[in-house]
Amino acid sequence: METLGFLMDGFAVALTPYNLMFALFGAFVGTLIGCLPGLGPANGVAILIPLAFTLGLPPETAMILLTSVYAGAMYGGRISSILLNIPGDEPAMMTCLDGYPMAQKGRAADALAISAIASFAGSLIGTIGLIMLAPVLARFALTFGPAEYFALFLLAFATLGGITGKNPMKTVIAAAMGIMISTVGIDISTGTQRYTGGVLELYEGIDFILAIVGLFAISELLFFVEARMGKGRSKVKMGKMTLTFKEVVSTVPTQLRGGLLGFIAGVLPGAGASLGSFISYTLEKSVLGKKGRFGEGDIRGVVAPEAGNNGAASGALVPMLTLGVPGSGTTAVLLAMLISLNITPGPLMFTQNADIVWGVIAALLIGNVLLLILNIPMIGVFVRLLSVPPMYLLPIVTMVAFVGIYSISHSTFDLYFMILFGVGGYLLRKLEIPLVPIILGLLLGPEMEKNLGHALILSDGDWTTLWSSPLSIGLWLVAGLGLVLPTLVGPILRRRMRNAIKEGPVSD
Amino acid sequence: MFFKTTIAFAAAAAFSMSAMAWEPSGKVECLAPADPGGGWDFTCRSVGKVMQDLDLVSGSVQTVNMAGAGGGVAYAHTVSKRKNDEKLIVAASTATTTRLAQKQFPGMDASMVKWVGALGADYGIIAVSKDSKYENLNQLMDALKENPRSVKFAGGSARGGWDHLKVLIAAKAAGAENLPSIPYLSYNNGGEAMTQVVGGQVDAFTGDVSEATGFMDSGDLRVIAVLSEERLPGKFNHIPTAREQGIDALGPNWRGFYMPKDTSAEAQKYWVDAVDTLYASDEWKAVMKSNGLIPFHPKAGEFESFVTNQVQDIETLSREIGLLK
Repeated sequence: METLGFLMDGFAVALTPYNLMFALFGAFVGTLIGCLPGLGPANGVAILIPLAFTLGLPPETAMILLTSVYAGAMYGGRISSILLNIPGDEPAMMTCLDGYPMAQKGRAADALAISAIASFAGSLIGTIGLIMLAPVLARFALTFGPAEYFALFLLAFATLGGITGKNPMKTVIAAAMGIMISTVGIDISTGTQRYTGGVLELYEGIDFILAIVGLFAISELLFFVEARMGKGRSKVKMGKMTLTFKEVVSTVPTQLRGGLLGFIAGVLPGAGASLGSFISYTLEKSVLGKKGRFGEGDIRGVVAPEAGNNGAASGALVPMLTLGVPGSGTTAVLLAMLISLNITPGPLMFTQNADIVWGVIAALLIGNVLLLILNIPMIGVFVRLLSVPPMYLLPIVTMVAFVGIYSISHSTFDLYFMILFGVGGYLLRKLEIPLVPIILGLLLGPEMEKNLGHALILSDGDWTTLWSSPLSIGLWLVAGLGLVLPTLVGPILRRRMRNAIKEGPVSD
Repeated sequence: MFFKTTIAFAAAAAFSMSAMAWEPSGKVECLAPADPGGGWDFTCRSVGKVMQDLDLVSGSVQTVNMAGAGGGVAYAHTVSKRKNDEKLIVAASTATTTRLAQKQFPGMDASMVKWVGALGADYGIIAVSKDSKYENLNQLMDALKENPRSVKFAGGSARGGWDHLKVLIAAKAAGAENLPSIPYLSYNNGGEAMTQVVGGQVDAFTGDVSEATGFMDSGDLRVIAVLSEERLPGKFNHIPTAREQGIDALGPNWRGFYMPKDTSAEAQKYWVDAVDTLYASDEWKAVMKSNGLIPFHPKAGEFESFVTNQVQDIETLSREIGLLK
């Protein structure tokens, strides 16, 4: 029951008016980011990082803001899926299948409302799972020595592409680029400078917040300028809400199943929110069989994927907070923020920064209630914002990004560097090289190198130490599976996902 | 304008300086060579505040952050662009002298600035977990003398950084040989390193006394030596010094200032006196107490030679462990 006490302390942190205000702001902006097609949660959080620095927020408030954005983006993704048949972000893909048909039948308002409830349920189940699992896993992580951590980071890299990932070569290239960037600066295990070329500004290495804001936010701006400059979308009609209480109750089993499956998919490495929503949709389809009319606007076809992807969003926080190994792009961005706030994730954080961890978890719970309120009575606001021309939005985002990065270090060198990363990110996305592995390489590469070095120092240079404990052998095995499975199961899963989506064609 | 001048004169009179003495007019700049929130930033902001409270400066003290290269960017900036700015002081610490000694600021050395003074220090400690077989520093050092690879250390700095150097300073003073082969594991910060020692993965922790307070209070960590001249005040009083165990090793991580080289002798005297006055004030004693700083203040005129010696010592050590060629 120790956990409950910590959670209460967390509520005390999260419920201060100041933090509550930022949770509300984050939830609102997150939903908006989620519903703008093309702007995913990872980019959304990356865009908000400079704002946290501009305002000089204390660590717990900064983390509360960013996790609210994260949760909000997961909610928001469904809005354009339902109204426009364009997923707002990748995990909301499955919501198009039954959401858009519902909208066509004039039940758009119902679809939006029930999916908001499903998001709430999924997120609630996921957060409860997080509260129960995280402290246990954090204690378990204390038994990890350098060899086990090395195997764990190896596992993270092996499952980086994800089970459904296509083109593993591009993932490898991206991860290698991240690791290469991370080697610039002083090498802590030898004390020598690497790849600095005598430039003083490079001696401390490349700040990954710079890289993240550049790669995600600035490249996103460039994409917006290229593709969506000018007028906004035409307004969409929503229709009246006819959702009955009975209908909501009838979807409760679906919500529970979806949320739980999503949570598990979120915790597991390499799975993630997209797979979470896919699995819960397919499960629902097979459980209900002919009783449902999936693909034609079945209400449970909207509930299942939404509960799934929101459950997964909370689940993905578990490995990030307890082991320092993010399971998804967004959690990688959150990890970078934690590190730059000088907080080391892992078992130590649960004791030394308990106020931040539990404040963030409590904020997730509060954020969910806020999001439910934002997403049912106020849904009209977001629908209208969907049609705001980007020309009003872009200058604000650009300004915040520049001011924020400048306020971290007061160095114009950093600004040039960020622009460089932005242009680089733009080019890489044109080449369809994923950006998330770069960030993971940047974050996890040095940790992996450090732990390898430590393991070898402790064993006096004996390499067998790396697989000498049952735990590390287990991690090596899972890492091996992570490499092999995508080539075996990946094509099948991808085909199924594609087939499912073919039933309702996706444009954009 | 007349009003301001009056105040300036009043302040000068109040601090018993002759009317002719040089004094900065208007805004004074304190350069913190790191991001806001770090140790140097703290030095600038707290000193700036106390200086204003004591009316040591007529105008305000503005803290400017200039991060990069562990202080190298600010050092280069002071040496090249601000070399005769008399209204500029720059925060420094042992990290600055370590990097200067190890030629981490390319083409620059410690003689290119004027060293003003130190305002307190955090002292180095060597600690083991509560279940460790080592009861005191001598036992630990005897083990090292027998086999340098037998005790593994963890610290929060890079290899060759201050935490690593403290181990070497102590080992050298104890008469251990083959210093480079003493295993040192570097972590991102002292907390991470301590967890590994408390968790039993590594034998001993090297760090500063302020970092260890939490684990020391909980009893998980046994501090076997502090690298100070005398026992520390207050609750740290029970920790034996290395000296009283017969090992003459000192490791103060001081905090202080330097200023540009091509400034007048009057300006230098003014800043040295200002730091002396500040150090003696009750206001500063309160700051030191609430932030875990321990008294450390070489007398005026001795600080420059203290810095030179420290740089010399670190350079010799770094050469011995092969970090410098």
